[in-house]
Amino acid sequence: MSKDALSRRGLLAAVAGVAAVTMVAGCGGGSTGGGNASPGGEVTIEFAQWWEPELPAGSLRQMMDQFEQENPGIKVKLLSGPYASTKEQVVAGAAAGTMSDVVGLDGAWISDFAKQGSIADLGKLMADAGYDKTQLSSEVKVNDATYMIPVLNFVYPMFSNTDLLQKAGIAKAPSNRTEFTAAAKAVSNLGNAKGWVLPLSLEAPNGVQNDVMSWAWASGQSMLKDGKPDLTNQDIKGTVEYVKSLWDDGVIAPGSFTMKEQDKVEEFTNGRVGMMIDSLAHINTIREKNPNLKFQVSSVPSVDGFAGKRGIPFASWGIGVSENSAHKAEAWKLIQFLMSEKANAKLSTQANAFPGNSKATPDFSGKDALFKEAFDIYKSGYPANEFVGLPVAEQLMRTFDEQFQKTLSGSQPVDQMLENTQNAWIKQF
Amino acid sequence: MVLLTPKTLDAPAEVAARAKKKRNLVPFAFLSPTIILLVILMLIPIVMVIGYSLMDNVIMKTNPVFAGFNNYVEVLGSEIFRTAVLNTTFFTTVSVGAHLVLGLVFSTLLNSRLLNGATKALFRVIYVLPWLFTVAIIAILWRLLLNPNGVINYVLVTLGITETGAEWLSSPGTALFAVTFINIWAGYPFFMVSLLAGLQGIPRDLYEAARVDGANGLQQFVNITLPQLRPIIVSMAVLDLIWTSQQFALIWMTTGGGPINATEMLSTMTYKMAFSNYQFSLASASAVIILVMSMVLAYFYVRHQKARD
Repeated sequence: MSKDALSRRGLLAAVAGVAAVTMVAGCGGGSTGGGNASPGGEVTIEFAQWWEPELPAGSLRQMMDQFEQENPGIKVKLLSGPYASTKEQVVAGAAAGTMSDVVGLDGAWISDFAKQGSIADLGKLMADAGYDKTQLSSEVKVNDATYMIPVLNFVYPMFSNTDLLQKAGIAKAPSNRTEFTAAAKAVSNLGNAKGWVLPLSLEAPNGVQNDVMSWAWASGQSMLKDGKPDLTNQDIKGTVEYVKSLWDDGVIAPGSFTMKEQDKVEEFTNGRVGMMIDSLAHINTIREKNPNLKFQVSSVPSVDGFAGKRGIPFASWGIGVSENSAHKAEAWKLIQFLMSEKANAKLSTQANAFPGNSKATPDFSGKDALFKEAFDIYKSGYPANEFVGLPVAEQLMRTFDEQFQKTLSGSQPVDQMLENTQNAWIKQF
Repeated sequence: MVLLTPKTLDAPAEVAARAKKKRNLVPFAFLSPTIILLVILMLIPIVMVIGYSLMDNVIMKTNPVFAGFNNYVEVLGSEIFRTAVLNTTFFTTVSVGAHLVLGLVFSTLLNSRLLNGATKALFRVIYVLPWLFTVAIIAILWRLLLNPNGVINYVLVTLGITETGAEWLSSPGTALFAVTFINIWAGYPFFMVSLLAGLQGIPRDLYEAARVDGANGLQQFVNITLPQLRPIIVSMAVLDLIWTSQQFALIWMTTGGGPINATEMLSTMTYKMAFSNYQFSLASASAVIILVMSMVLAYFYVRHQKARD
């Protein structure tokens, strides 16, 4: 090999080596995480959430621009993604200590993040800022420390297909379990529809929360005692037996065991089921997909003769602050802004949800009349979701789901199902 | 001058040694991008996961402690692990077997001299279509088709084959067969394309000689086609075994491992341990077990490849 060729080869090798080193440097460059401060004193905080894709395009960014105007020196960088990837991102960020300064949270994650020490005690931040927390409709606590504030609540009332109920001879939406069974049977007897729909997919087992336990909460019942599982109590047994009776009566739409929430909405939208318990957020989707469908919303039916306040299942867009954030005060300012009466009302209007600020009222003008109706139901009852704040909440639902599927398949009685689930749950506490 | 003499004498040898050292380093410099990538993307994560699997619970605990093989004992001793192994074995072996048979049948059809070029091209496109869809599309497509109110049940009921529609993915009795069927549908084109390439490479004179010797079609297939395709078949089968045993997305998006645990696979079980139960050490132990199983298959693949060379 000539000297020239040798030196060319050496040069190439050097280039390859430098490229490799650059690549490693590039790999390591992204690990700083969180927000940072510029030399000019301007602070940039990161806000990771799944909300932006679910809101009207550009609306969350507009709110952030307003926040930046009102709080000079603070910039907000939005990190947006679908719910599932946000969850994975937050879990990974919590583990690596690179969680964004402000994070969108689901109540089901809180207990685990709090135990891990990855999210900050908001009580301290509120006290430091002198914040009046009486305006908050709820806080999610673990061991008496606040870790999440629900910014918006998506309630889950009962939807009824008005036409199907009328055809089946049912004049009004059922308000108790006896009426519901009668209505579900009447709709099923029409032949081309089923009375109710129950999604129990194990991929996303939130059907346990929204479609099974909601029956208990609507009657003021509880699956917990002193913060611990209490599934074998007579109330919960009665509720599970009631849902099983609907299954045995054949009034539930087929395909439950792998059905997801979106499938449930699809079944209702296409007029294949008479009633469903679902998020109010889906009203617009249903109207868009089937403009001719006539439907109404009402409270989830209670046990017969129940006169107390009804719990309405809800899911939240919660918010919290990373324990590792170097800008907790600025992060709190953002939360304070989102929880302010005006901003919270605006956000709830845009998201078709109910505000986390008890003084805020969404703007119902130009909205579907059912939103106002649902807001009245919401105000007359109370938001109920006992899974919020529980450890490994999703896994608790999944365990319940697996045992419930066995019971519905006829391989074990309700008593055994509840006992097995109780034993599995108690291990997680 | 006297002081310089030894240096002057040593200089050429030193330069030569330095040049040799430099020459020896050159190949490593060329390889460095690949080596560094492998170390960062494979070696370090694997070592980390093995390390995690030996701790009591990483990530969720601030100060995890060494737990020896406790996580392995817990995973291997659990009932769900046995169910997942059985389901994965069924899903994998039936899928690979069917991929092979279908791939062979379709590639033989496409290699036939009885069809003209245009017909072959049309069928090539049709047969290869499932391979062009992403897993998400496949899952949505088949969820719609197999829905209790879906097209499959409509056809079956309309033709009078069944009285009522079946809950293909939602019934514990049919779910595993249904997801296996979907996986077969999605994966056979890979076998078909590879085997077709192999078939086109078999010299025609082998068949002519066989015909002269009086061999019929079946004898030609058994004694010429299969032996000629054997290296491809073995390689593809081993690769498919590795890939299919790790299938996660399709199962997750169609059944989530349910109903009950009828379609629980090693992959879905591991995912749930990590992202639903937050038991990252247990999930790491499960992942290491899957890695070992895959490495056994990979060993046979490499050995087969070496034997070919």
